[in-house]
Amino acid sequence: MNATDFLSIDLPAILVAILAATSCGLLGNFLVLRRQALIGDAISHVALPGIVAGFLVSGTIATLPLMLGAMVAAIIAAGLIETIRRVGRLEAGAAMGVVFTAMFAVGIVLLEQTGASNAHIDAEHALYGNLESTLWLVLSAWSDLLTVEAYIEMPRQLATLIVVTCAIAVLIAVFFKELKVTTFDPGLAASLGLPVRTISTALIVVVAIAAVAAFEAVGSILVIAMFICPAATARMLTDNLGRQLWLSAGVAAIAGVGGYFAAAFGPQLWGSANALSAAGMITVVAGVMQGFAMLMAPRYGVVTRAMGNRKRRLDLAS
Amino acid sequence: MIIDVFAVLTFCAGYNTSVVLAGVIALGIGGGVIGVFPFLRKRALISDAISHATLPGIALAFLAGIALGGTGRNLGFLMAGAALTGAIGIIAVQWIRDHTRLPEDTAIGTVLSVFFGLGIVLLSHIQTLESAGQAGLNSFLLGSTAALTGGEAQLIAIASAVAITFALAFMKEFGAIAFDEGFAAAQGWRVARVDLFMLVLLLAIVAIGLKAVGLILIIALVIIPPAAARFWTDRLGRMIALSGAFGGLAGWIGGGVSALFPAMPAGAVIVLAAAAIFTFSLLFAPSRGVVPWSFRRIRMRLAAAETRALLTMAGGYQPPDPLARRIARWRGFTGPDGRLTAAGAAAVADAHRQQRLWQAYRQQHPDAALPFNPLSGFRIEDVLSADIVAALESDSV
Amino acid sequence: MNPPRLIPFEAPPNANAHGALAPLSVRGLTVAYDEKPALWDVDFEISQQDLVAVIGPNGAGKSTMIKAVLGLTPTLAGNIRAFGKPVKHARKRIAYVPQRTSVDWDFPASAEDVVAMGLYGKIGWCRPVRRRHRGSAREHLDRVGMADFASRQIGQLSGGQQQRVFLARALAQEADIYLMDEPFAGVDAATERAIVDVMRDVRSNGATVVCVHHDLQTVGDYFDSAVILNIRRIAAGPVTDVFTEENLQAAYGGRLAKTEIRAIADSA
Repeated sequence: MNATDFLSIDLPAILVAILAATSCGLLGNFLVLRRQALIGDAISHVALPGIVAGFLVSGTIATLPLMLGAMVAAIIAAGLIETIRRVGRLEAGAAMGVVFTAMFAVGIVLLEQTGASNAHIDAEHALYGNLESTLWLVLSAWSDLLTVEAYIEMPRQLATLIVVTCAIAVLIAVFFKELKVTTFDPGLAASLGLPVRTISTALIVVVAIAAVAAFEAVGSILVIAMFICPAATARMLTDNLGRQLWLSAGVAAIAGVGGYFAAAFGPQLWGSANALSAAGMITVVAGVMQGFAMLMAPRYGVVTRAMGNRKRRLDLAS
Repeated sequence: MIIDVFAVLTFCAGYNTSVVLAGVIALGIGGGVIGVFPFLRKRALISDAISHATLPGIALAFLAGIALGGTGRNLGFLMAGAALTGAIGIIAVQWIRDHTRLPEDTAIGTVLSVFFGLGIVLLSHIQTLESAGQAGLNSFLLGSTAALTGGEAQLIAIASAVAITFALAFMKEFGAIAFDEGFAAAQGWRVARVDLFMLVLLLAIVAIGLKAVGLILIIALVIIPPAAARFWTDRLGRMIALSGAFGGLAGWIGGGVSALFPAMPAGAVIVLAAAAIFTFSLLFAPSRGVVPWSFRRIRMRLAAAETRALLTMAGGYQPPDPLARRIARWRGFTGPDGRLTAAGAAAVADAHRQQRLWQAYRQQHPDAALPFNPLSGFRIEDVLSADIVAALESDSV
Repeated sequence: MNPPRLIPFEAPPNANAHGALAPLSVRGLTVAYDEKPALWDVDFEISQQDLVAVIGPNGAGKSTMIKAVLGLTPTLAGNIRAFGKPVKHARKRIAYVPQRTSVDWDFPASAEDVVAMGLYGKIGWCRPVRRRHRGSAREHLDRVGMADFASRQIGQLSGGQQQRVFLARALAQEADIYLMDEPFAGVDAATERAIVDVMRDVRSNGATVVCVHHDLQTVGDYFDSAVILNIRRIAAGPVTDVFTEENLQAAYGGRLAKTEIRAIADSA
């Protein structure tokens, strides 16, 4: 591997993976605590009809209209889920299941009916993302990173994700207190005069923005995983919300780097030159980290607790 | 055209079309019936985890098939692989929920994304194989109903029938744990085992539906019909029957439409038909539908405001809130000058009397009075016999 | 005969004889979730420096009443005022202690964090919780005897300790009305004592406490007044006045034996 290849092919992909994972991972903390972990799943699935509708309305496959379409679809889905849950008095999971599958079906019918499937929009692409084709072509040596041109010619997905990730970090920092109390005790929050419903709607809108920004680059499946696994991992490790946020960001970033390397260079270990799906591999790495945390976390790990109990029994016996 | 429609929907449009239609109807009924239990157990989305967890199994079965020297595309073999990792997914969800501090939805999300990610990694590996007939595998994502063969449709129908039979046989147990887990456990039932069996049936439906409607839309077939049926009834037996009927109807419409029109993927149309049934139920079902419910709510609000208006007027005050004032005016209880009219005076006296009598009745027979709630607007003479009313009248003066 | 002109309803009964506005006045409150009303045409008024128990059988609408007062549940009809103003405009003067079971105790927060939440209204939007807020949270924890547990994760506290954390959080709000939803449910004797002490303490500082309560035996000991509910308001006033056989019979009906009702009425 030479520096040029690494800088123009691997570096942008790694950065995109890290940013996508971190932005979704941070928000995931609140989704997991609010028992809304699967809203990311629902939103990622409804991106398909959104993208197809964006294509049909704009007539191009330019990114912006498609992403706008996905955004709008995500917000409509979130609104529908909330409405059905409230007026139909259905459990949140069932409401989600009804809405996202139905909207996904609309997407597929639109795709087939309008011939949009010939225009390079396909459901599989939406699932797997396009991490490997994020290129930063102007970089040929490390010193290029110090030039202004490099940043002018930065891949667009990367630029978008930098903006979105920073915005999310700032929003969480600024509204940390409000997010915390509305998540823990909505009743108290409302009695303090906080607009509980507005805050949860805003959270879902930001989730939709993060999902759409990330999903173009890394695919919906990785987005779903990143809304859940890093936060769940961090949840196993700490009882402090601030620390949990930092941990989840760290876990997300490690999964992004680790998964990318495993997918790009792992196959060489058994002599195959073909890379595996990076998005899939990042998900798997995140899952492995979560599995490890669930077993080995210092206080709440299943194995740790079992060993603690055993030690206590032995102490009692002796 | 109309004849075509008729022919397709009545199974007279050729062997292939009829086979596909029969297959998706069977699948719809099966999904509807089995789906009721996880829905009532408030675990509808576990089907999401199960269906996504089948992908690595399909890929592994394909790889194993090739390793054994075949093409890897034997449907039975692929389904077995799907069922295997689907089962592992179920166990993983249960384990995370029961043994860690993470709640169920997080467990479902973890399993669905990680298993699916693994499936994608495996598929990306398969894609690089030379012998790759992997195009067939992608059809599991979105389904390919039209390509259903007679044998496959038969397989679906038989498996559906078996799953439905089991579900009905264990209806009592499934219903009991969905209603009150603690009570079921106290009865000495092994809740975990009953639950697992229910999920195995769900897995069976998901696995047999994969080829026909794909792993994302199969979720719809086990969630939407029960959710729609819930609006119509509070009874388990009826709900199962309705849910199965809705699923079958969606399959029939979806299968028919996709046979009649070009570029109408059956899986998606089935789901849309189910969604239409759901929407109708959500809006118009008499007991829990939104429109009838809103009407009842408005009626109650008016009744409450009217009683309130009458009772405050009895005290000599104007009705307290604008709504009550408007009602008093609109019903002719108050005149344009804000004074009580003759009709108003009569209504006030009557409301006062009703309140006094009900109060007396509640005082004397608190338990008997319980079922008559004030919003139902019963007049006491319509509910109680004349002599009781007369006795109350004399007691409460 | 010309019927009498109706008096406008706006004027009356919010102000008492001294012209002071009642901390809480509820008129015609009606709440229905479905066809069955949870509360029907409930009126009562609570005066300042009062300890009020809200009692009634299960399903009588006690918690619903508290939630409706706070605007947490939609109402069909009714007029609720705190200090003469709609509750929306008097939020800062009202503290709420929800039922202990209404939150996820596994949440990543310490006892101190939870108490600090009571200060969020004062801290204001977007501003962080500073050291002095933490100090104040600790003081309130100390008031309920929980200073040693400030940094403990809330899930590791006992039920009584959790209830005291909630109480400390309400104290941190430094309100004029405390609405408590079953604070005595499932707590140990020490916590029960602590809650009663705190209630008396805030009363002596001029505040009012409204508390959903289950144990009829202790109402007379702990509270000054009571509101007896069973969907409707059965009675409201000083405990000694409202705890009559007739009222208890109307509220509890067959759910309490006649002898029990008589014993409770006599003890009050």
